[in-house]
Amino acid sequence: MKYAGLLVMPAGFFLSIAAILLFPAPAPRAAFVLCGLAVEGLGLAVAVRGHMESRGGSRP
Amino acid sequence: MTPITPSPLVPVLTEAVFALTLALLFLAPLAIAGVALINVGLGRSRSAAQSLLGNLALLAVSVIVFALVGATLAGAPGAAGHSFQLAGKPWNWLGAGPLFLGGLGSASPQAQLTLLFEFLAVALAVMIPWGSGADRFRLTAGCAAAAVLAALVFPLAAHWIWGYGWLAQLGVNFGLGAGFLDGGGAATVHLLGGLSALAVVWIAGPRRGKFPKEGLSTALPGHNAVYVLFGCLVALVGWLAWNAAGAVIFLHASLAALPVTALNTLLSASGALAATFAVTRVRFGKPDASLCANGWLAGLVASSACAGLVTPGQALFVGIVAGIATPLMVELLELALSIDDPSGAVTVHAAGGLWGLLAAGFFAPLPGQLVAQLVGIATLFGLMLPVVYLLFWLLNRFVPFRVDPDGERIGMDLHELGGGAYPEFVIHRDESYR
Repeated sequence: MKYAGLLVMPAGFFLSIAAILLFPAPAPRAAFVLCGLAVEGLGLAVAVRGHMESRGGSRP
Repeated sequence: MTPITPSPLVPVLTEAVFALTLALLFLAPLAIAGVALINVGLGRSRSAAQSLLGNLALLAVSVIVFALVGATLAGAPGAAGHSFQLAGKPWNWLGAGPLFLGGLGSASPQAQLTLLFEFLAVALAVMIPWGSGADRFRLTAGCAAAAVLAALVFPLAAHWIWGYGWLAQLGVNFGLGAGFLDGGGAATVHLLGGLSALAVVWIAGPRRGKFPKEGLSTALPGHNAVYVLFGCLVALVGWLAWNAAGAVIFLHASLAALPVTALNTLLSASGALAATFAVTRVRFGKPDASLCANGWLAGLVASSACAGLVTPGQALFVGIVAGIATPLMVELLELALSIDDPSGAVTVHAAGGLWGLLAAGFFAPLPGQLVAQLVGIATLFGLMLPVVYLLFWLLNRFVPFRVDPDGERIGMDLHELGGGAYPEFVIHRDESYR
């Protein structure tokens, strides 16, 4: 699960890059960059969740 | 006093500005010394010598590796770089200088000034994850991780942001303000270091006994609050110099703009300390020394991004927000997310740096600057964190990060160095393991 989250994060980065390439207008550009950050946040949340589960399974 | 308006051009420094910047860079290592003291103080007494030796060793390794490989990849403003064309725009993604110390001695004095800044920056960046791995991170593994960061990861970030790479050119190519702005290293040093710290904590795991099977996590307080708080004072001197030098080199500030940069640094740190003091006083009934130190440092880190770009009132606001968020986030990471980060680096450096970069976007007087800052943050989070985790995960297969259980029990000093930091002190048996 941690690895899945970390794999999602680059997708958010590429979304942000696509935003500055595809949208010259400021508003949609900013919106899509924020969407990219949201995807990264989602990936980070999944990775953290995966970390917590793995820790829960290996506590002494 | 008005904030600096960055220019995309790289002006030639006058002799007076050059001399002053060089003098500031001679003071900047005090920031490194302060962070080293904080790392040691927040760890346990039986790992103190290993921790401080580790800070020195990591500094040495990172500087050597950066000289051999990293400096070439990082490049300098105006120097050669590898680029490709995408959507009709050049994307400068890698420096293209000679490898293995070639050109370091023959570069122009201004390029050498930039390189000196980058050498100090890489040394500070590699120390940040070392503090998070305190009491279980092996010295050899710490040096190996520092070498990886100094050879591959830091140079890429430094080139993109400081070496006139694609993030710095977002303004020229896409009309996003003055491009991604990071005069004092909030992104290249602190956000990158903080994310590397998260990777180290995930891979090395928590200290033994930190998260018992039942109940809340065990408090493992730092062994010397005096080191920690004195480290904060030492770091202030370094940060004042660091932010002023960065403003000259990367934001092309004039001498007249430096007093406000220093004032903003001080205001941000002070606001953060006052806010953390108040929050911990309300939360726990008494102010918490180590959390106040973390708050102070978070204020300094946040100022790294925006000290040259905001007004003093805005700098105070930035510091207060950093100071309020720091103790709350430290609690969240430890209690809710099972992240054992003895030095608080993930909160202080990653979250503090992130907030400073955002604040620079909010308050910089340039249209599109906030989007440029968001793209830079997205790059470090979305690309650098997975890359660093992957590299550290691979490295951990060959050089295990975590010490064996016996080593952790007797302490890193005895296990790795054969002697303790305080040989005349009685080291108590650990009663906190449940």
